[in-house]
Amino acid sequence: MNRPTGVDDGSDMRELLCAVGARRDIEAYEQLFRHFAPRVKAYMARTGGNGQQAEELMQETMIAVWNKAERYDPAKGAASTWIFTIARNLRIDAFRRERRPEFDPEDPAFVPDDVAPADAELDMRETSEQLHHAIAALPAEQASLLKLSFFEDQSHSAIAQRLNLPLGTVKSRMRLAFDKLRAALARSGDVS
Amino acid sequence: MTIRHHISDDLLISYAAGSLAEGWSIAVATHLALCPACRRRLTVAEAVGGELLDTMEDEASVDQSWASVRSRLQQPETAAARQSSVGHSGGLPEPLRSYVGGDFDTLKWRPLGRGAYQIPIKTGDRETMVRLLRIPAGKPVPEHSHGGRELTLVLAGSFHDGTGLFARGDLEDADASLTHQPVATPEADCICLAVTDAPLQFRSWIMRAIQPLLGI
Ligand SMILES: [Zn+2]
Repeated sequence: MNRPTGVDDGSDMRELLCAVGARRDIEAYEQLFRHFAPRVKAYMARTGGNGQQAEELMQETMIAVWNKAERYDPAKGAASTWIFTIARNLRIDAFRRERRPEFDPEDPAFVPDDVAPADAELDMRETSEQLHHAIAALPAEQASLLKLSFFEDQSHSAIAQRLNLPLGTVKSRMRLAFDKLRAALARSGDVS
Repeated sequence: MTIRHHISDDLLISYAAGSLAEGWSIAVATHLALCPACRRRLTVAEAVGGELLDTMEDEASVDQSWASVRSRLQQPETAAARQSSVGHSGGLPEPLRSYVGGDFDTLKWRPLGRGAYQIPIKTGDRETMVRLLRIPAGKPVPEHSHGGRELTLVLAGSFHDGTGLFARGDLEDADASLTHQPVATPEADCICLAVTDAPLQFRSWIMRAIQPLLGI
């Protein structure tokens, strides 16, 4: 995994996205666009679209970023995380016949967070870098499994069949990888 | 409320990735509504997705796309401030409530025999069977053989399955290798969401005929 040096350490992207949300800053938006549009397009192409569909879904995603930027909360995660969830949901709408069931924080039966917002803020601010290094440090077979999970739109049993591995092995590698990533974030004073 | 049985890593990652079938996702999302701890784990899983997105190659020029999107941007409407919820109502949480079309007091139960009731839930996926079950207090869960995975999310009452107690919010994740006999605790009826692999469909009548012999 390579990352262009000097372009982005995650915090720049957060600030740009906040500027779009707060002031409709078109220059900030253009910088975000130039960074994320090719990545979102690659994601759409990889998870099932042809070139034309991938372009359309990328544009839809980036317009949603513009429209919803006000709702982005930098304390809850990186800009890339927020944009990923928008792209993911648009992809499911476009390619699958299923809905994506989601919890609703406004629902009276919803159980609110048990951690004070101030602590939570401390949590997710600095995660990008740690996560980047932790993913880079994963053993190859765990990292590739993680990528397959996020980019192939296949169940873990389908991935296991394709790799000719027992499902239990796929699940345990996934658990090992996720444990390491969570531990890396926990060391940086984050979620446990 | 103390939840003791949580979402497994592989389910959580599939849900975060958007590759988990709708049926399983109903159980996962409804557990998330009741469990702040798993919502924090979901945040990490989604951050992994964001990080992987960020490290994708970006060869293509976006000048043309930018021109197109630039011309389509409009001044968005300011989002109306939504009322924040009080929480802990104890009712059926979303997204499940919308799937069954009502809360505990308006459910239309269908008898399943031996005092148990069910409400089948329709989804767009073909791989799962989803239903709400009501088990009479003190009684075992009926017709309980399954060949694949089974997720059971408790919404009211509780059950024991030999390994432990499952109460509101607890998610039991059982695979084919686990033989268990859940029994509702005697205090109250137990209402839970059950998601299983859809029963296998055999096309040939021969396979259908020998299916009972094979025990599948
Ligand atoms: Zn949980």
